This record gives sequence, C-alpha cells and structure tokens, in this order.
Amino acid sequence: MRSADVLIVGGGIVGAACAREYARQGLSVAVVERAALGGGATAASMGHLLVVDAEDGGDASEFQLSQRSLRLWQDWLDESPAHAELAEHERCGTLWIAADAEELALAERKCAWLTARGLPAELLDAAALARLEPQLRPGLAGALRVAGDARVYPPKVAAAWLQQAKVQLIRGEVTAIDGASLRLADGRTLWGAMVVLCAGLASQRFLPPGCLLPKKGQLAITQRAPAAVSHQLVELGYIKKAHLAHEDTVSFNVQPRPGGQLLIGSSRQVGRSDAPLDLAMLRRMLQCAAGYLPGLPELSLLRCWSGIRPASADGQPLIGAHPELARVWLATGHEGLGITTSLASAELLADLSLGRAPALSPAPYAPARFVA
Amino acid sequence: MKIIINGIEAEVPAGVTVAAALAHAGHGATRRSLSGQPRQAFCGMGVCQECRVRIDGQPERLACMSLAVEGMLVETLA
Ligand SMILES: Cc1cc2nc3c(=O)[nH]c(=O)nc-3n(C[C@H](O)[C@H](O)[C@H](O)COP(=O)(O)OP(=O)(O)OC[C@H]3O[C@@H](n4cnc5c(N)ncnc54)[C@H](O)[C@@H]3O)c2cc1C
Ligand code: FES
Repeated sequence: MRSADVLIVGGGIVGAACAREYARQGLSVAVVERAALGGGATAASMGHLLVVDAEDGGDASEFQLSQRSLRLWQDWLDESPAHAELAEHERCGTLWIAADAEELALAERKCAWLTARGLPAELLDAAALARLEPQLRPGLAGALRVAGDARVYPPKVAAAWLQQAKVQLIRGEVTAIDGASLRLADGRTLWGAMVVLCAGLASQRFLPPGCLLPKKGQLAITQRAPAAVSHQLVELGYIKKAHLAHEDTVSFNVQPRPGGQLLIGSSRQVGRSDAPLDLAMLRRMLQCAAGYLPGLPELSLLRCWSGIRPASADGQPLIGAHPELARVWLATGHEGLGITTSLASAELLADLSLGRAPALSPAPYAPARFVA
Repeated sequence: MKIIINGIEAEVPAGVTVAAALAHAGHGATRRSLSGQPRQAFCGMGVCQECRVRIDGQPERLACMSLAVEGMLVETLA
C-alpha cells in the first residue's frame, strides 16, 4: 500500500522545506524522522539568513541560491504576520567588519558587487561603524552593511513548515532505500511515488562514497546583555576561513537574540563529527569574539553546544536526482547555509522531480557530478 | 542563620544552598523569563540556569551552586 506520494527522509529545515513545497503542489507527504524534528544541524545553527556574494571566496551559484531563497523567505513571511513572530524573525542586517585596510578594500568590492545587482549595501567608515555599534573595539577600519539580512530561530520554523504541510509523521530510522520504497530499522516498509533524501550528513549512508563530509561547529550564548548589539556582526575574514578546506578555524560571528542575549560563533573543524565540546576551540572562539567586543568577557555564558554542518565535497549542496537510484531525489549537503537556502533548495527539487522548468539553473547542484 | 531576601530577613537552615534557602523561605520564583513567566531552580546542579539571582550585589549568580551564608543579600526577579 502506498504510504504517501512523497516520502521524505529527515525532518530538519531542508526536509521541512521540501515537505511544505510538495504539499503546496497537492501531493501527500510523509516525513520519516528517527530523532527530534528540527533537531539535527538545524537546532545547532545560528539562523542567520544572509545573501552570499561572489566576491572573494563566494561562488555565483551560492549567491543565486541564497538570493532566490531570501525571496521565498520573504514570501512566507508576507503570508501572515504570525510567521515572523513564530520564526523570531528580525531583519537585523549584517555588518561585515573590516579590521584593517585590506579587509576594507574587500568590503568595498563586496559593496560594489551587491549594489550592481540592486541589493541594498552600504560602506561604513570607522566613525560610522562606532556610532552604529559602540560595543565594538575602537580601531576597526569600517564595515559593509547589508541591511536586508535577518535572523530566525530555525527549529520553530521547521516545525511550522511541517505543520503547514500536514505531513504524516513516521517515527523511525530508514535503513535501506531502493527506488520507491523505504525500509525502516523496525522492519516496516513504506511505499511512495518518490523518495526525497534530506537526512543531512547521514544522507551519506545512501550515497556513493565521499559525497558528504562533516564540519563541526560550536556556538555559545550569553545572558541578556545590558548593552547589546543590533546587527549580526561577522568578521570579513569569515568567508576566507570558511572555505579553508583542511584547517580548524574560528571566526568572529555574533548575533543579537530577542531580549538581548548574544549568540557567539563560530568554529569550523573539518572531518569532525563528534558531539562533545572541544574546549580548546571554544576558548579560541571566545577569545576571537572578545577581540572584537571587549565587553563580552563580563557576561556569563548560559550554554555552549556543538553541531555538525553537512558539507559536500565541493562546497555546493546536492539538489537533484540521486546519482544511482531511480525515483530518489536529494536535497542535502548545505554546510553552513542550509537555513538560508532551504526554501530555494525545496523549490528547485520540486521543479526537477515534478518535471517543471526550474527557476534556477540546476547544474551546479546536480548530484551526478560526484559519479564521474 | 539569617539571610536577607529581597530586603526581608529570613531564618534558614545553616549549610544550605541559596536555592534551598529560597525554597525554605517560600520563594517560588527566582527570576522571570522574557515573556514574564516566573522561573525557579529546576536541575539543582548548575545546568539549567533557571535559578539565577543577585547575590550580594552580583547579578546572574546560580542559587543552586552558591552556599547561603549569614547576612547574605539575595535578590530575586532581577
Ligand atoms: C554551528 C552551526 C551554525 C550554523 N549557522 C547557520 C546560519 O547561521 N545560517 C544558515 O543558513 N545555516 C547555518 N548552519 C547550517 C544549517 O544548520 C544546516 O545547513 C542545515 O540545518 C541542514 O539541514 P538539514 O535538514 O539538511 O539537516 P539536519 O538538520 O541535520 O536534519 C537531518 C534530519 O535527518 C534525520 N535523519 C538522518 N538520518 C536518518 C535516517 N536514516 N532515518 C530517519 N531520519 C534520519 C536526522 O535525525 C535529522 O533530524 C549552521 C550549522 C552549524 C552546525
Ligand atoms: S537549578 Fe539549574 S542551574 Fe541552578
């Protein structure tokens, strides 16, 4: 017996976005999840919704996907005023902080790149930056302000999308996938017209070797800060570091949460998929943050946690047909951008799997690139 | 032993934590959440952070991890 038109493996932000999109197309959707909905990488993340430019380290297809996705986020927010509240959405904007003249030159290039594409971006000199965020240390060179970027709380969004999709939730662990059926650990078999694999890093189990790799990250959150910051603050070195393939890195990335708590990121350890906190990395990360926000060490940390970014071997997500299995579709490997790019990924996958003309060019994300 | 909770003297057993002292003196809540809900000690072992109070002027101290001492000033709902 058919369990649903579409069987989705994984109830993270990507699975939830796909569930919503297929449901909008009038299909019945079942989501198989072995743990908490919105739990995996989705719960560990920062929830920064950001446009990615292709200047210095970025990539044109990352820009396309993030840009399209932000449009779709806005459409969802426009559907109902309740959505923004539920998502804890706030258009805080991003300040890309330039520590020196070299980084300021990068800020200028990014600013020109974004404004050439009609996106609101402005360059701030040292004085303007200090006025806007007086908690930052003196002596910074300036910043690029991208006012349209925002922040959400991803687990709640995933839950809302799954609810909107009226999915049938199936608790269990998928152990085998063949064409249109799924086998669960407890012996059940589920049938659908198609299977959509959104299991984050664990998708690797059902893929040719070497498609996905883990990139561990750690975050910390403070008590409510008496003098908080108002933008998501990111050091301009971030993108450069994020793309360093074989090195452990920390970068300054601080986000204002509702009520004035500060979410402090971030670290990146390639190939690590263990959960325990790495205290040495955490210390490096906090020292890095305190280097930009000297008041930070005054605050107590309420929690620290780790999460694993599901990265692909070449940095682009896998969105499209499974390279080997018929009627199996993939949306995974979003690394550090899955919250931002979830909606455009879902739209693209639905376009491809339902035979519609895709809104985005699918080539950069085609999973077949890994089976040359 | 006496401590002062929100300006009012309270007689509490010697050797207890501030969280226990608050409970003994009939204080349900230690703080309020952003939405105004009362919160109180939950885990009793320094993990949940719900028991934060001001102790001798210092904010955000964990009541469950602090021993009550004679004359201590404890302020809740800070
Ligand atoms: C520290 C950190 C910070 C981040 N910050 C941001 C940010 O600011 N902005 C941004 O856009 N992105 C950010 N990300 C990236 C983002 O979190 C991920 O790209 C995104 O959450 C991936 O979502 P997913 O649905 O693919 O995976 P997951 O959220 O991991 O979901 C996969 C789900 O599949 C389930 N599953 C796996 N295997 C099976 C199986 N066999 N059977 C049944 N269920 C299964 C899992 O239990 C899990 O719930 C960050 C990530 C980290 C770690
Ligand atoms: S009761 Fe949980 S930290 Fe004190």
